[in-house]
Formats: sequence, C-alpha cells, structure tokens
Amino acid sequence: MDLELILMQLFSGVALGAVLIMAALGLTIIFGMLGIVNFAHGALFMVGAYAGVWVAEQTGNFWWALLLAPLAVGAFGMLIERFLIRPLYKRSVDDPLLLTFGLGYVLVEAVRIVFGTDGVPFATPEALSGVVDLGIGYFPLYRLFVVGLVAVVLLALWVALEKTKFGLIVRAGAKDPLMMRVLGVDISALWLVVFGLGVALTALGGVLAAPMRNVTPEMGTLVLAEAFVVTVIGGMGSLLGAVIAGLVVGVAVSMTALFAPEMATIVMFALMALVLLFRPQGLFGQSVRA
Amino acid sequence: MPPSPASAAAPPLAAQTGVKATGFGAMLQRWRVPLSVLALCLLPWVLPSQALAVNVLVFGLFAVGYNLLFGYTGLLSFGHAAFFGGGAYLTGIAIAHFGLGWFPAMLVGVLGAGVLAAIMGALSIRTRGIYFSMVTLALSQLVYYVALQASAWTGGENGLRGFTVSTINLFGFTVDFLDPVKKYYVLMVFAALALWFVSRLLNSPFGAVIEAIRENETRARACGYDVERTKLIVFILSGLICGLAGALSALHLAIVPLDTLHYQTSGLVVMMTLLGGAGSFFGPFVGALVFLLIEDVASLWTSHWQLIVGLIFIAFVLFLPKGIWGTLISRRTQG
Repeated sequence: MDLELILMQLFSGVALGAVLIMAALGLTIIFGMLGIVNFAHGALFMVGAYAGVWVAEQTGNFWWALLLAPLAVGAFGMLIERFLIRPLYKRSVDDPLLLTFGLGYVLVEAVRIVFGTDGVPFATPEALSGVVDLGIGYFPLYRLFVVGLVAVVLLALWVALEKTKFGLIVRAGAKDPLMMRVLGVDISALWLVVFGLGVALTALGGVLAAPMRNVTPEMGTLVLAEAFVVTVIGGMGSLLGAVIAGLVVGVAVSMTALFAPEMATIVMFALMALVLLFRPQGLFGQSVRA
Repeated sequence: MPPSPASAAAPPLAAQTGVKATGFGAMLQRWRVPLSVLALCLLPWVLPSQALAVNVLVFGLFAVGYNLLFGYTGLLSFGHAAFFGGGAYLTGIAIAHFGLGWFPAMLVGVLGAGVLAAIMGALSIRTRGIYFSMVTLALSQLVYYVALQASAWTGGENGLRGFTVSTINLFGFTVDFLDPVKKYYVLMVFAALALWFVSRLLNSPFGAVIEAIRENETRARACGYDVERTKLIVFILSGLICGLAGALSALHLAIVPLDTLHYQTSGLVVMMTLLGGAGSFFGPFVGALVFLLIEDVASLWTSHWQLIVGLIFIAFVLFLPKGIWGTLISRRTQG
C-alpha cells in the first residue's frame, strides 16, 4: 500500500468529515440551545435537498439554490417551532422528540406525493465539476468546495455565537431561560429564531449533499443516524465536539473503506459504541444533565 | 390455556397503572390476562382478514414488550427493531442454516434477542435522558448494517428466505401450519404466555420499582434501589418479549425482510404504543390494532397511508399523549 494512496484517502476522510459535520450541525445547535432532539432532522435535510433541486431547476442556477432553499426551509422550520413544538416545552423532553418523529414521517410521505418515489437527478454545477491536482492525486473540485464552505459556515457560526451580543443572549438563554425572561429577553422569539437557524443549516447540508448523494425521499434516514453518531461522539450540543467528531468519523470511515470496504458502514457505529464505553457523555460533552 | 388463577388473584395495586382499585377499573385490572386472551381468540373472526389478525397479534406483542420499557420505565428507546428483527433473523437462521426444529429455533431467536438487549442495554443505559433515544437508534442501525453485510447468513438486501415451516408437532399431534387459523392459534398461545408473564411482572414488587423509577429516578435511587441494574433488567426482559414477537413473525411469514431491523420498525412500535396508551396494559394491543386497521383501510384508496398515520400520530402527541386506552381509563376513573 503506497503512501500517496493513504494520504489521498486521509484527505477524502476529511472531506467526508465536512459533509458529516454539515449533516450534524443543525441537530447540534437545536439540541444545545433548546434541549430538543429533532427527529425530523433527516427529513428536513431531505426537504432541503429537494428544495435545492427545485430552485436550481426553476432558476437554472446552483447558487440561487444554495441561498434560497435554506432560507425557505428555515422559515418552514420557524412555523414548525411556533405551531407544533412550542406547545410542548412544558411537557416531558420525550414529547418534542415523538412529535418531530411523526413530522419526519409526514414530510417523507409529502415529498413522495409531490416529487414521486423514485428520487430526482441532480448534477454537480458546471463551475464546480472536474477534478483538481493536489500533488498526491486528483480530487473532485466539488468536494473541495464543500470543505471550504463548511469551514466558512463554522467560522461564521462561531463568530455569531461567541463574539456578538445576539450570541451572548442565545448562550445565556440556553443556560437559564427563566433568568433571561426576568431580564426582559423575549425567550420565545429567541427560540423561534434559533430553531429556524438550525433547520436552515440542516437544509443547507441537504443542498450541499444533493450532488453527492442520491436525492430520494429516503435519503434522510441515513443522515439522521449519521448525525446522531456524530453528536453522541462529540458530546451533545457541543459545536467543537461535533466538528472534531465529524472529522474523526470521516477519516475512520474512509480509512476502513481502504482496508476493509465491507466494514465501512459499520465502523462509525462501532466507534460510537466505543466512545460510550469509556466516555458516555461524549468527547466534549459536559457531564449529562439528568 | 395459559391464564392461571394465580395472576387473576394477585392483588391489584392501585399504584400500578394509576387506576383506582374500584369498580370497573379494578375488574379490568384483575381480569386483564383472561380478557386479553379472550379478545385475541375472537380477533380472527372480527377482523376483515386473517393476515390482519396475525399482524395485530405479532405487532401487539412487540408493542407489549416495548411498552415495558417505554410506558412503565419511561425509557424512550428507538432501537427495538434490533430485538424484533434479531429474534426473527435468529429463528430463521436456526431453521434455514442449522436445520433446527421450529421450537428450538424460537428459543434461539428469543434468547439471542435477549443477549443483544443485554449488550445494547448495558451501553445505552450509561447515557441518560434524551441521549438514550439517539444511542439506541444508532446501535440498532449497527445491527442493521451487520445484517446487510453478512449476506451469506442473512440473505442481505433480499432478506432471509427458505425456512418455511409447513407442519409442526405439538405434544404428539401434527398441526398443519399452513392453515392460517391453526397457525394463528398456535402463535397466540405464545403471545398469551408472554402476556401472563408481563402481568405477573407488573404486579410484583419489581413492577412497582420500575414505575417508581419512571416517576422519580432520584427518589428511587435515594430509597436504595439500584436504578441502573433495574433498568438493565427491564431492558433485557423487554428485548426478550420483542424477540419472541420477532420469532412469531418469522414463523408466520417464512421470510425476514431486511427492513425488519431498520429503525423505521422501531418507529412503528413507538407509534403503536403511544397511539394505544403507553404505560397501560391493554394500550399496546389497542394501538397495534388501530394502527394496522388505519393502514388496512387507508391503503385501499391511497398508497400514501403513511401521511395519514403520521398526521394522526402528531395529533395524538399534541392533544392525547395518554393514547386511546390511557385516555379512556383516566376518564373512567375520574368520572
């Protein structure tokens, strides 16, 4: 086995990691800030991909799809928060989870009705197709673009959450909602925005994934499981954890694909089991809230 | 017949389902196993088709096993497809690859599901609260992908085939297993035994402890109960019953589709249990019956029956979280 092949596979691992991070980001943000596990996450990812395909078809332009689809699906997410999830905040933590599971079920079926059950083709945009010579081998340009864009999104999120007043309020709201309410912050509006943001990021992940995965109504089921694995390994609600876990899982999957291809799908779940054995709260999770 | 007078005579503890031990509620409580078995006996004759009756039997039992963990202990697992599917696969594999008889094969399926539950339970119970659902889901997907890859044993994507049981030997009598009615009643005996076991379990002090954990974990711990060990035991018992349901499903269908292991199957049992009423004895069967009836009726005029089921489920989470049966008994006891 030569070194170049291994390096190349390592790089594909990082690229896969970027895709996994993007797939888990929306889930992590909504959990970290609102304490809700969004089981419709996979379905919303799929809806994002379909919205991207639709916008790209209407405008003939991938960039509009990349911008408009997340905005539209994010707005839809705000409707979900306002009318379906808000009534459940005072109930058991399981209730939003159950509700979003049902919602995922409905969304998948709704997409089947509108777009058919077979899935739709989505070509890599022309400006981003082709391969790049990295010195160690050729790499698809589109994947490089995804890595770059995910890095930009992460940086923007970090600045927004850590360096702005809005981020300060969001983080404080996650720690102690009651105190924030006493201080005169409209927590309901804040949660509405954060939920919408999480869903918009999920949809962005869907649009980005569209040229790489098959766009089918069922594409979200794998994404949901992947996002769970990444968040559990990283530590629930930890942004840094999700990033590291995404990269670790990406590299692990891609390396396994090189040495034992039939184990590639299994390895990420095995990795999660291993982390649970030694660090049940995840790599970067604080000790679990009861 | 399995319902023994011992279970009927067990004292109905008021705490067990929140039903006051008076009048109608108490009568239901005391006679819950014989009543369930009576209902199951009548099922093939009141439902539109035999196939539907067997489905209600199998998924009802699956939901009963699941309810032990979700309804009574308060742990929302999204990984029970692994035990249902595991029981089904192992039963099928024992017949198809090892030539075992139907009954030893069933034992293999049930015990195998129990071992699987012990491993998954030990891993997932280490995490608390909301984590639990995600971890159980991810671990069950691990089982799914293992079954997908081990196609020499499991048939991979095509599912497991080739273990049709045509006749079975029951205490010296040969029963034609291809006759749907006879098959139904043979499978029902096992379901009835499981129901009797669950009823005994819930009436026991152990049953009171698991409900104490659901109501207030910290307090149960403070009272000196080993919460982690209790949860693990319930997890395994629940896995065993779901494994039995899977084994019955394998014997009935003579094929195990790969999707049996997918987390969508876990989702089905979550929906059935909640629709019927989590944490009530009759709820899971009511939920399975209603869910499968909706599927049966709605799929006559649309292939998108899942949309209807999903919308009904959302409405139940929002407005009737106690489910059909749970709402009925709480009305009854309040009124």
